[in-house]
Amino acid sequence: MLAPFLQYLISGITVGMVYAFSALGFSLIYNASGVVNFAQGEFIMLGGMLAVFFSKAGLPFPAAAVLAIVIPTLLGMMIERLTIARAKNAEILSLIIITIGISLVLRGLTQIFMGKAVHALAPISDSRPIHLAGAVMHSQSPWVLGFTVTVMAMLWYFFRHSLSGKKILATSCNRSAAQLMGINTQWVMTFSYAMAAALGSLAGVLITPITMTSYDVGIMLGLKGFIGAVVGGMGSGMGAIAGGLIVGIAESLGAGYISSAYKDAMAFLLIFVILFLRPRGLFGAKATDRV
Amino acid sequence: MNEVQKSPFLGLWFLGVTLILLLALLPNGYFLDIAIRMAINAIIIIMLNLLIGFAGQISLGHAAFFGIGAYSSAILPAHFGWPSALALVFGALFSGVLALILARLIFRFKGHYLAMVTLGLGIIVSVILTNETAWTGGPDGMAVQDLDLLGHKLPGDRSWLGLTGFLLILCVWGTINLMESPFGRALRALHGSETAAAAAGVDLARYKMAVFALSAVPTSIMGSLTAHYVGFVTPNLAGFTHSIEMLTMVVLGGMASIYGSVLGAVLLTALPQLLATLDGWETVALGAILVITMIFLPKGIVPTLTVYLGKHSR
Amino acid sequence: MLKGLSFLVILANIGLGLPALASEPIRIGSVLSVSGSAAFLGEPELKTLQLYIEKTNQNGGVLGRPLQLIHYDDGSDAGKANSFAKRLIDDDKVDILLGGTTTGSTMSMVPLAEKAEIPFISLAGGTVIIEPVKKWVFKTPHTDRMASEKVFTDMKSRGISKVALLSETSGFGQSGKKETEAVAGRFGITLVANETYGPKDTDVTAQLTKIRNTPEVEAVFVYGLGQGPAVVTNNYQQLAIGLPLYHAHGIGSEQFITLTGTASEGVRLPAAALLIADKLADSDPQKAVVTGYRKVYREAFQEDVSTFGGHAYDALMIALNAFAKAGVNDKAKVRDAIEQTKGYMGTGGAVTMSPTDHMGLDETAFRMLEIHNATWTLIK
Repeated sequence: MLAPFLQYLISGITVGMVYAFSALGFSLIYNASGVVNFAQGEFIMLGGMLAVFFSKAGLPFPAAAVLAIVIPTLLGMMIERLTIARAKNAEILSLIIITIGISLVLRGLTQIFMGKAVHALAPISDSRPIHLAGAVMHSQSPWVLGFTVTVMAMLWYFFRHSLSGKKILATSCNRSAAQLMGINTQWVMTFSYAMAAALGSLAGVLITPITMTSYDVGIMLGLKGFIGAVVGGMGSGMGAIAGGLIVGIAESLGAGYISSAYKDAMAFLLIFVILFLRPRGLFGAKATDRV
Repeated sequence: MNEVQKSPFLGLWFLGVTLILLLALLPNGYFLDIAIRMAINAIIIIMLNLLIGFAGQISLGHAAFFGIGAYSSAILPAHFGWPSALALVFGALFSGVLALILARLIFRFKGHYLAMVTLGLGIIVSVILTNETAWTGGPDGMAVQDLDLLGHKLPGDRSWLGLTGFLLILCVWGTINLMESPFGRALRALHGSETAAAAAGVDLARYKMAVFALSAVPTSIMGSLTAHYVGFVTPNLAGFTHSIEMLTMVVLGGMASIYGSVLGAVLLTALPQLLATLDGWETVALGAILVITMIFLPKGIVPTLTVYLGKHSR
Repeated sequence: MLKGLSFLVILANIGLGLPALASEPIRIGSVLSVSGSAAFLGEPELKTLQLYIEKTNQNGGVLGRPLQLIHYDDGSDAGKANSFAKRLIDDDKVDILLGGTTTGSTMSMVPLAEKAEIPFISLAGGTVIIEPVKKWVFKTPHTDRMASEKVFTDMKSRGISKVALLSETSGFGQSGKKETEAVAGRFGITLVANETYGPKDTDVTAQLTKIRNTPEVEAVFVYGLGQGPAVVTNNYQQLAIGLPLYHAHGIGSEQFITLTGTASEGVRLPAAALLIADKLADSDPQKAVVTGYRKVYREAFQEDVSTFGGHAYDALMIALNAFAKAGVNDKAKVRDAIEQTKGYMGTGGAVTMSPTDHMGLDETAFRMLEIHNATWTLIK
């Protein structure tokens, strides 16, 4: 009785952590600009694909991983400067369409230059699975968990105790006030995109040994991340992680206990219930609307 | 005020003339196919724009209604022997009622929470269509019988263009009139500021429900017509990608703009066809076009051009 | 642009007094899923068509005329396939249609081919494509029913009777599920578990756990295409389920072995002889064709062959043979010639078509393979 439940839980948490990273990226950019970045999933895809590319080119894993994170980060900054920053007075929906366009470009270029095949990546440690009370866990999972916790701790520290972090929080609270205080809100935007891209590509590098990667994994990962971010409360870091995990676990439990065919529907029903009870998401701020 | 805004009905004449020319001049089934798809998409987008552009609500799963219409027209005649006209009406009613129920439940949600529910709707409908293979033919879809309007079948592609073109003209005319009516004014107030509108006596809940249903029903009808026209339906008609395509057409053409909707639909139906010969680069090209258009024409094509022309016609 | 060029060519030829038709190309239209979820199949299919059309042109074409491939990518979307088929028939005015990587795409193009009365050779696996027989529609791959039958025959010979089915929610998987459920009884097999997974799923441990906990289960049969079965197989190894694992023919490509590594050890599947070309006896009638195709493909693309490319090769050859026999101008004659294909030795097997059989393969065309030490081996 316990063993299958534990197995579903572990699988759900493993895939949920990926969604959590994706959700975190959404929350970061939303905080900085109010935009839902549809290209978030593509950063995760790029992290994985570039890690594969550099590994195949002969680089040792640490070097490949670093490049696979640095390049998308720079790319994220460049994209923000060239596109979002240019369109700064546009309505939110227009900005969202821009991010859709960006995701198409990223996906298309990856397809052309890195092919359509599915690729695997060797796990960081031994590839034998870990046994835990009758359930099995991929050897990469503890690494993902470890990084997730580390990143969370770092972000918490960053936002609470560093000046840059506070600048970002101030901008998300009230952009005009932040500008009046002398904060360079342009820089905040660029930095947020860089962070979201870095987190996304890190996630990609970490989970590819478990899930494999190809040019089109970004769509689903982005979608699930978006759902996780909303469930957890758009704009809340804790919420993003919690939301992502909830989506992953709901899917896994749904597949195991109810119906594997309808697992996506199951996850959504749970999400509807959560949103019905807490319309702003689990950790969403109680905001007041400006009249 | 500039010339363009003097009479919206002027555009209607232009549209009508264009359609007649297309009917007469388009050389073969392929071009007629594109035109028919443009007309169908235009109708959907005009109505979706009422929801997104005018009423300011976001729907990320509108293709669900399209799928409901399409599959009603496929399943009911094939499995239950219903006449196709009745199946079409059923699909429309089902979509309308579903929209009303959902709107009632979620009208208090704002922004991306509404988007989530519509997203969920789209996914749930897709999943059902994919999995209930016995009824729906599963992921490979199913064939659809011919459209039978009171004993008459549509004889060819040109007649399909005639039908959809006529419906488009009807839709544009109807929407223009709607926006000039008290209902339309209430919608604009809603978009401007919900709180102010409520303060002015607009029953927010009722209007949101009405607009949601109003945008769902024609989408369902277009789904039914598409099913009969192509003769085949697949679950991705209700899918997330299709919903996003619709959203993109709305924003590209111009939110809260009727002719913008037509333009958005026309462009995004034609573009993939034009890019199809690029062999691999089409996704990149499409993405680049979207990005560039939204940067330089942030309000969408028609509204931005309208403002631009307005500035220069002084 | 191409139309303009060929128009100029015609003018030039009239000017030179040569018959214009001699250099008018034979137009081969194809709609393949080169991107999207079926790209795994579509890409080798397109490459094969392009490669062999170029080769044929280098050798003088067919009937003295060059071949021209007009191709569109339906992105694994059946609705787009329908649109492109219209474009090929009405606008590009092709002489024959090859393609429809998936059953969904194929079935959306069938009504158009039938209406326009143009021969259509499909590259998809669904039994429904040729059953009931449609006048203008043919196909080269083995049917999903044949795959299930082959697997069940092998299971029966190992004394297996209680099987868990894990099918993909793609067209391929669901069509396969239907056929599997239909024929299981004939082999004395009961499906004790019947789960599904999505083609893009990254983790199926939940479904596999459910299967493992099903009492009496003796073997697992996975029906999927491309990357999905790889994920399943990896999870299968992780969970150390240990029961015999069978796959359908949707994994017939080197990529599967690359992605699964040691997890693929002992996996059994039905596949065309193409995968074990070098292990065939010299006396095997298919040996020449498969080794030939494999060599040419490898040289051109530096990657190994897959059965999907092989189906495209067979379709093209059958089409070209029909053109050679019946000329190009009368589509009905071409259709008849295709239907009269007898004993054509293809990568999929010996093809003999008839008015009631528009595929022409029989069970012997499928071989039962086992993956051993990361290579395909033949089970005797």
